[in-house]
Amino acid sequence: MSSETKKKWPLWEVFIRSRQGLSHKHAGSLHAADAEMALENARDVYTRRNEGESLWVVEAVHIVASSPGDKSTYFDPANDKVYRHPTFYKLPDEVKHM
Amino acid sequence: MNSTLFDAYVADEKKIEPKDWMPDAYRKTLVRQISQHAHSEVVGMLPEANWISRAPSLKRKAILMAKVQDEAGHGLYLYSAAETLGVERDDLYLDLLEGKAKYSSIFNYPTQNWADIGAIGWLVDGAAIMNQVPLCKCSYGPYARAMVRVCKEESFHQRQGFQIMLVMTEGSAEQKAMAQDAMNRWWWPALMMFGPPDGDSPNSAQSMKWNIKRFSNDELRQKFVDMTVPQAELIGLTVPDADLKWNEQTGHYDFGEIDWSEFKRVIKGGGPCNVERLAACNKAWNDGAWVRQAATAYAEKKSSNATR
Repeated sequence: MSSETKKKWPLWEVFIRSRQGLSHKHAGSLHAADAEMALENARDVYTRRNEGESLWVVEAVHIVASSPGDKSTYFDPANDKVYRHPTFYKLPDEVKHM
Repeated sequence: MNSTLFDAYVADEKKIEPKDWMPDAYRKTLVRQISQHAHSEVVGMLPEANWISRAPSLKRKAILMAKVQDEAGHGLYLYSAAETLGVERDDLYLDLLEGKAKYSSIFNYPTQNWADIGAIGWLVDGAAIMNQVPLCKCSYGPYARAMVRVCKEESFHQRQGFQIMLVMTEGSAEQKAMAQDAMNRWWWPALMMFGPPDGDSPNSAQSMKWNIKRFSNDELRQKFVDMTVPQAELIGLTVPDADLKWNEQTGHYDFGEIDWSEFKRVIKGGGPCNVERLAACNKAWNDGAWVRQAATAYAEKKSSNATR
């Protein structure tokens, strides 16, 4: 068992497109020896009730994530730019729709 | 972030995600609870698998296989949620195999006849749903999300179980007696699934403060009794409790004393099937070793061929 535990199956993240027209959404994760097995297991575990029409599996180590510790400073620059939102611009009442 | 800020943050119904700072005790509590929950799903397949080959019809067999397959999936969702806390699934599972980890004591009772499959779906999965629905709003995101999936699927489990009981109570006198017998044996262990009484549940207060737990053990148990007794009456089954009585004043059922010494005995390994369950898990793990090794070898060979 010890030689086996050294070679653990990698972790894969599973993304499902629930129907055409929507983007893939993260559903969960699983372990599999290779991509083919990851796809098959994802189908068997995450789409038993017609949850999807398309699957992506990505080895978890390949996902690059922003650091949650820096959340406030990292996303700060967006905070003071209210002019990026349409509601920033006041229109005359005569303009019904824009 | 520190403990005080964290407590205020979760009390404000905000969610914690995997890489966020969290107190060690919060992480530990979650790893323990989620892994025990995962082990319960896995061990929970065994009492039911006992009846797959002897289901009374092809339809029942297909349903039971789908249910057992769901339980395997639930185990996987939960191990995945636990892994986001920095533990390895194999390590958690080896703890189970070595008898170091706990799982729900209900699965240490035997399934003696087909009616037990009905009673498990109706009562055991019914109690599980009662426990699990509030967990969909748990403060830890990955656990809450896993529970949403689990709860969606559990609902079919409970209904198919109730329907088995319904059909049996409408059948011959022998079939009705089997249903009642199963009810008699599963009722009290199902009530024990909510855990020790509030006064004897040391971790509960902290878990409620952290919004991991939303209702106390006794509150959930009471809800389960209130929900289930009318269902039993509807199909003509008697709840095996002489003290069970509707209480007009409280608007709840009063029920008899639970035998907590039995609960403790079964948790400590003294239930009718503890040894058998662990042996079955170990056998499956050992018998599957060559498959895991072959898949690993195949994946390695394929990737080395690709880079050549």
